[in-house]
Amino acid sequence: MKAWLWQHLDAIRTTLARQARTPVATLLNVGVIGIALALPVGLYVVLVNVQGLAQPFGTDPRLSVFLALDAARADSDRIGARLKQHAGVRESRFVSREQALKELKATAGLAEVVESLPKNPLPDAYIVLPREKDPGALEALRDDIRRWPKVDHVQLDTAWAQRLAAGLKIARFAVWLLATLFAFALVAVTFNTIRLQILTRREEIEVSKLIGATDAFIRRPFLYFGLLQGLAGGIAAWAIIWAGVQLMNGALSELGRLYATRLELLHLSPPDSLSLLAFSAGLGWFGSWLSVDQHLAEIEPR
Amino acid sequence: MISFSQVTKRYPGGLEALRGVTLAIESGEMVSITGHSGAGKSTLLKLTAAIERPSSGTVLVKGQNVGALRPRAVPYLRRNFGLIFQDQKLLFDRTAFDNVMLPLAITGFERREATRRVRAALDKVGLLAKERANPVTLSGGEQQRLAIARAIVHRPAILIADEPTGNLDAAQAAEIGELFRSFNAVGVTVVIATHDEAFARRLKPRVVTLQSGRLVS
Repeated sequence: MKAWLWQHLDAIRTTLARQARTPVATLLNVGVIGIALALPVGLYVVLVNVQGLAQPFGTDPRLSVFLALDAARADSDRIGARLKQHAGVRESRFVSREQALKELKATAGLAEVVESLPKNPLPDAYIVLPREKDPGALEALRDDIRRWPKVDHVQLDTAWAQRLAAGLKIARFAVWLLATLFAFALVAVTFNTIRLQILTRREEIEVSKLIGATDAFIRRPFLYFGLLQGLAGGIAAWAIIWAGVQLMNGALSELGRLYATRLELLHLSPPDSLSLLAFSAGLGWFGSWLSVDQHLAEIEPR
Repeated sequence: MISFSQVTKRYPGGLEALRGVTLAIESGEMVSITGHSGAGKSTLLKLTAAIERPSSGTVLVKGQNVGALRPRAVPYLRRNFGLIFQDQKLLFDRTAFDNVMLPLAITGFERREATRRVRAALDKVGLLAKERANPVTLSGGEQQRLAIARAIVHRPAILIADEPTGNLDAAQAAEIGELFRSFNAVGVTVVIATHDEAFARRLKPRVVTLQSGRLVS
């Protein structure tokens, strides 16, 4: 057990020493991997932020409940109370017909039209924010409220939410597509690095085989090399994203000041960061495993 | 310890390097395999260490059939040997010490004990003072002695040397011969392929002569 641990530690030590001996090549490799990973991860960060930013502006679907024109104040109060108690309703806001008319009048160009009306054509209404967001629950809620007395019409405003959801779905797909492509690039970079390493260490491999090294022993430093290089690339990608978000936040805070709001991008969350590192290290390992598997058998002592 | 029975080795292209060789080497023996170049000396050693496989016949090492070994078992067979080559096969990217350390690193030796053994092996071949040197800076004789230190550091039961004095002058060859004799004196089986007759005579081994792949004496 101790010998086994020592062999592994020794392989890691040798690997780090090798990487340190060719600092430029190592840095370039890590840089390439970092940049390759930073693209899909950067898009992912943007996606997460768009999702976050859109939330307060009403990504949430809402229902407009229009009461009958002949509904008295008592009727609308009763409906308001019923909405408050309804399990499917998160929040409801009353918009009286007078208020609605005032808002309509304030809309540019409509003031004259509204003035010319003999009487207020608008009903009292409630804006309802549902608790559940999936379309099935929304429709059930709409159908439920529609049957209440003195409710004339219930309108489900999901188009905007659905459009955003569809857009995000495409973006998410693009992230996966990019991630797959760049994962392939990472594997290819590692494959090639390890291939070159195996070629330059040909003699060492041959001698090691001659004096009784198992394949596992010969593979080990190369696998660690791929793993560590992938991990370093992951760290580089993380750093690139972190710096990018940081720079963007500097620019955004200026923009936010002009609009008197606070704009800020979120950094990669800790679980996402860990996944990134595990993913890149795993791919590095896989790339070197492929390479070692391909090339090691070719080197047999003669 | 090592036995060949009716071993033939045919290389692709039809060259028969060994033809029906039958040979037994006992534990603790010192055997010198002589013959012209191309007589099959190297092939005989390569078959022993599973670097090549026989085309027909069987090669037994410590009772194991070398020709039928699974690839996974080959490394463990090779750990029985100390191999010495004419071209030494030293690694020039590390110190003399680390070259000798390699066989122990492969078997996962505990570090402190390994260091002690490497020093002992270097001392035995008279290179302890040069443990930090890169092999490239050593003379031909010193490089060969370093290769010997690497071959004996894991205390193998069998020492196999292919033309160990090929590039050395007579004085250096004599030193190497002395080393082989001392290992043999403590019970190590030594098999040397050489065409250096003076070297072979000094060691007084059992002489096995090959001619065009056949055993002649």
